[in-house]
Amino acid sequence: MTPQSDPGAPSRPADHIDSTEADPGETPVNQPKLGFVGWLRFAWRQLTSMRTALLLLLLLAIAAVPGSLVPQRSSDPNGVTQYFDNNPTLAPILDGFQMFDVYTSAWFSAIYLLLFVSLIGCIIPRTKHHFEALRARPPRTPVRLSRLAGYTERPLPVSTGSTSEAAAAAIDSAAKQLRQAGYRVERYEVRGEPSVSAERGYLRETGNLVFHTALVGVLVAVGFGGGFGFSGQRVIVEGQTFVNTLAAYDSFNPGRFFTDTRLTPYRLTLENLDAVYETRNQDAIGQPIDFTANVTVQDQDGEPEDRTVKVNEPLYTHGTDVYLLGNGYAPTITVKNAEGEVVFTDAVPFLPQDANLTSIGVVKVPDGMPEQLGMVGFFYPTQTELTSGAYTSSYPDLILPVLTLNVYQGDLGIDDGTPTSVYELDVSTLEQLSGGKTGVDSIELKPGQTAELPNGLGTVTFEDVTPGAAPAVDVDADADAEAAQERNYAQSVSRFASFDIHHDPTQMWVLAFAALILGGLLVSLFVPRRRMWVKAVSKPDGSVVLEYAALARGEDPGLEDAVTGFADKHAGPAASVETADAPEKSST
Amino acid sequence: MQLTLDEISILCVYSAMVVYAIAFIAFSIDLARRSAAATAAADAAARVEVKEAVAVGAGRGPRSAVAAKPAASVAYGRSPALRVGVAMTVLAWILHLSATVLRGLAAGRVPWANMYEFALTGTLIITTVFLIVITVSKQDLRFLGTFITGLVLVLLGVAALNFYVSPVPLPPALQSVWLVIHVFVASASVGLFALGFALSVVQLMQARRESIAATAKAAKLTFLATLPDSVTLENLAYRINIIGFIMWTFTLMAGSVWAEKAWGRYWGWDTKEVWTFIIWVVYAGYIHARATRGWRGSRSAWLAIIGFSTVLFNFTVVNLFFKGLHAYSGL
Ligand code: HEM
Repeated sequence: MTPQSDPGAPSRPADHIDSTEADPGETPVNQPKLGFVGWLRFAWRQLTSMRTALLLLLLLAIAAVPGSLVPQRSSDPNGVTQYFDNNPTLAPILDGFQMFDVYTSAWFSAIYLLLFVSLIGCIIPRTKHHFEALRARPPRTPVRLSRLAGYTERPLPVSTGSTSEAAAAAIDSAAKQLRQAGYRVERYEVRGEPSVSAERGYLRETGNLVFHTALVGVLVAVGFGGGFGFSGQRVIVEGQTFVNTLAAYDSFNPGRFFTDTRLTPYRLTLENLDAVYETRNQDAIGQPIDFTANVTVQDQDGEPEDRTVKVNEPLYTHGTDVYLLGNGYAPTITVKNAEGEVVFTDAVPFLPQDANLTSIGVVKVPDGMPEQLGMVGFFYPTQTELTSGAYTSSYPDLILPVLTLNVYQGDLGIDDGTPTSVYELDVSTLEQLSGGKTGVDSIELKPGQTAELPNGLGTVTFEDVTPGAAPAVDVDADADAEAAQERNYAQSVSRFASFDIHHDPTQMWVLAFAALILGGLLVSLFVPRRRMWVKAVSKPDGSVVLEYAALARGEDPGLEDAVTGFADKHAGPAASVETADAPEKSST
Repeated sequence: MQLTLDEISILCVYSAMVVYAIAFIAFSIDLARRSAAATAAADAAARVEVKEAVAVGAGRGPRSAVAAKPAASVAYGRSPALRVGVAMTVLAWILHLSATVLRGLAAGRVPWANMYEFALTGTLIITTVFLIVITVSKQDLRFLGTFITGLVLVLLGVAALNFYVSPVPLPPALQSVWLVIHVFVASASVGLFALGFALSVVQLMQARRESIAATAKAAKLTFLATLPDSVTLENLAYRINIIGFIMWTFTLMAGSVWAEKAWGRYWGWDTKEVWTFIIWVVYAGYIHARATRGWRGSRSAWLAIIGFSTVLFNFTVVNLFFKGLHAYSGL
C-alpha cells in the first residue's frame, strides 16, 4: 500500500517512523487533479495513518474522563437521581450531552468506532503484506556492511585449499548456524564475494497483528455478548425457591437479541445464608468476614444438588452465573385483623442502611382491613439507644433484634396497576396512625412478640423463626426485659440473599481475545526482528576477511551483542589485538 | 512493654523514611557534584582550546568550538556520595521490606488491601524496581536515585501520617487470589512507570540542553552533562515503560476476571476501571507516538509524563475522592 524502500520490511502507515518520507516535490503536482476517488483514497490514508490512530487514542482517553466525574446510569443509577436532585439546572444540560451515559454516548462511540475503522484499515494491508513477507527471500546483502549496526570483522581461517573455497565454506557454515538460530537465510554472491543474508523475528509482526486483531475481537465479542445475554436480580429469603423464568425476576435486563427461550427453568432454593462477623479484632468488630449462601439447585426432573455461592465464588449452573451480591434480614411479620383473621404473613426483606445492618422495610396489607394498611419498619439486629433517644444497630449479627413499625392507612396506590417498588411506601397520601407526630408510640417488637395495632385494627406479630421457638407472646406480657436479653436470638430472624443472575455467551470469547492481546503484545515487544549478514570480503592485499553486521527492524537493544556473539561463535573470538583499521563500533 | 507486630512494622517504616532521607541527600550531593565536575571539565577543555588556538596560531580557527562541547558527555568518575546514596537506599529497602512483611504478618494476609498498605507495598516495589534496574542496566542509572528516593519518601510519609489504619481482616469482596495477583502486578507496573517517568523528564531536560548546545549558544553546564544523551534516555524510558505497559495490560485483564467473580460483570465502567483504562490508553498512545514520525523524542516523552501523572492521580485522587465499587481505601 505504502511506497517503501525495503520490500522485506513490515508494511507501515506512511507516517510510521520506519517508512520512507514521501518526496515532498511530488505531492503538489497531482494534488489539484484529485478526483472523487482520489479524495476518498486520500481521506482513507489519513484515517489509517499513525497520526490519526494516535490522535484517536488520546481522544479516547480524554473522552473516558467525564464518566468518572459524573455518576453513570449504567453503574450508579441512584447516584444519577441524586445528582439531578442536587444540581437541578446543571444536570439536564449535562444529560443533553449524554454525560450520564458516557460509554454508550454518540460521541464516545464515534471515537472508538473511528479508531476501530482506522485499526481495521491498518491491519488488513499489513496482514496481506506480512503473508507475502513470510514467503519472501531475505533481501540482498548490502554492498557495504561497515556502516551497519554491530559491524565486526574476523580473519578468514584458511587451512587447506584456496581462499575462495574457504570463503564459500565459511559462508555455508554461517548460513547453517544462522538457520539453526531461527533465521531465514539466503545465499548471495555480489561481485564474486559470497555472502549470506538472514532475517528473523517475523513473529514480532505476527504478534503485533494478533494484538491489534484481538482488539477488534474483544470489541465484537463485547458487542455480541451484550446482545444475546441477560442479567437479572432476585432477592431470595432463606427457605424460598426461585425458578429461573422471566416472571420470577425482581428486575431483568435482556440483551437486544435475547428471547426467553434462552432461560432454563431450573430451581434454586436458598437453604440458609451464613454470615460471619469479626468478633475478636478490636479494630474491626462486626466487620464481615464471610458470607456463604447454601443453596440447592434442581433440574426440572433431576435430583437436588447442594451448592454454595460466596462473594468471590459465583455459582455456574445451567448456563447462568449466579452471584451473591448482597444480603440482609427479612423479618417474618404476621398481621391479623380485628376479627383475628390473618390478613398478611410473610418474610419481608429489609434493605440494609449501614454496616451494622440497620434496615428499612415496608409492609403492605391491601386486603382484609377496613382500609388498606401500610407499615414502614426499621429493623435493628443489635439494638442500641443513642443519647438522642433514637435507635441504631451496633452490631450486624442478631444479638438483640428489634423491629419498630409506623402504621399508616389509606389508599396504597397499588390497585391501579402501576408498578410500585416493594421497598417503598408513598406515605404522602396516607394517614399516619402511629409514630412521628401522631402521639401514638411506634410499635416495637422483639422476635416472638405481638402488639396491638392502633385504633383496635388488630395485631401485628414479629415471628421468631428459630426452629422449635415458643409461640408468639403479647408484647406487654413479656415483663422481664432482662430475661429477654439473655435469650439467644441467633436464628430468630430469616436472612435474605440478593442474587445477580447472568448469562453471557461471549464471555469466554472475550477472555480468549484478551489472552491473545497479552500474548501478541509480549511477542511483538520482546521478539527482536533483525537482519544479519555475513560476507567474505577480499582485501586489496589479497587476504579475505569475514564481515558481520546487522540491522534492527524496530526496538532491538540486544542487536550489537547478537552480532558479536554470532561472530564469536562462527569464527572464534576476536583477536586480542584489533586490526588498526577496524571501524569503531557504532553506538546506536 | 510488648510491641505488636504492627507497631514494629511502623517503627520500621519511620526508620526507613529516615534512611531514605539520608539517601536522598546523598544522591542530591552527587547531582551537585556532577554540575561542578561538568563545569570543571568544560574549563579544562576551554584551556586546551586556548592553548591549541595559540599553538596553531592564526589558523583557520578552532575546529571544535567550546560552545559545542557541552553536548558531549562529560566523563564522571567515582562518586562517594553516589555510593552512599545507593548503600542507604539498600538499607532503607531492607527496613521497608521488613515493615511490609511485618504488616502482612500482623494482618494475617497480603499487605496490600487498603490505601496505607497500597502505599507501603507500592513504594517498596518502586524501590525494588529501581534497585533491580540499576543492577541489570548497562547504563549507569544511579543518578535516578534522587527522584526515586524523593518520591518514595513523600508517598511513604503521606501514607504513614494520613492513611494509616490498624490491620483489619479482609472483607469478603477482597478475599480472592486475584487481590494478590492483580494488586501486586499493578504496583509493579507503577514502579516501572515511575522509573520511566523519571527517565522521560531527564530526557526532556537533556534534549533541551542538546538543542541549546546545537545552536552553538553557551549552554549552562549542569549535572546533565554527565548523564547519557537524550536518545539513550529515551530508549531506556521506552524499554522500562513497555514492561510497565505489559504489566498494566495484565492488571487490567486480571481486574476484569476478578470483577467478574466478585461483582458479576467483567467490565462496568466503575471509576477505578475507567482510570485503569485511561492509563492503558495513554501508554498505548505513548507507544504509538514512539513509532509515529514527528512524535518520537520530546513529544512521546510528554505522553509518558502524562501517563505517569494519570497513574498518580488514579492512586491518590481517585482512591480518595471518587465514589465507586473500589471503595477499599479503608479511610
Ligand atoms: C484500538 C486502538 C489501538 C491500540 C490500543 C493500539 C495499541 C498498540 C500497542 C500497545 C502497540 C505496541 C505493541 C505492538 O507492537 O504490538 C501498538 C503498535 C502499533 N500499532 Fe497500534 N493500537 C491501536 C490502534 C492502531 C491503529 C488504528 C493503527 C494504524 C494506524 C495502529 C498501528 C500500529 C503499528 C504500526 C504499531 C507498531 C509500532 C512499531 O513499529 O513499534 N494501531 N499499538
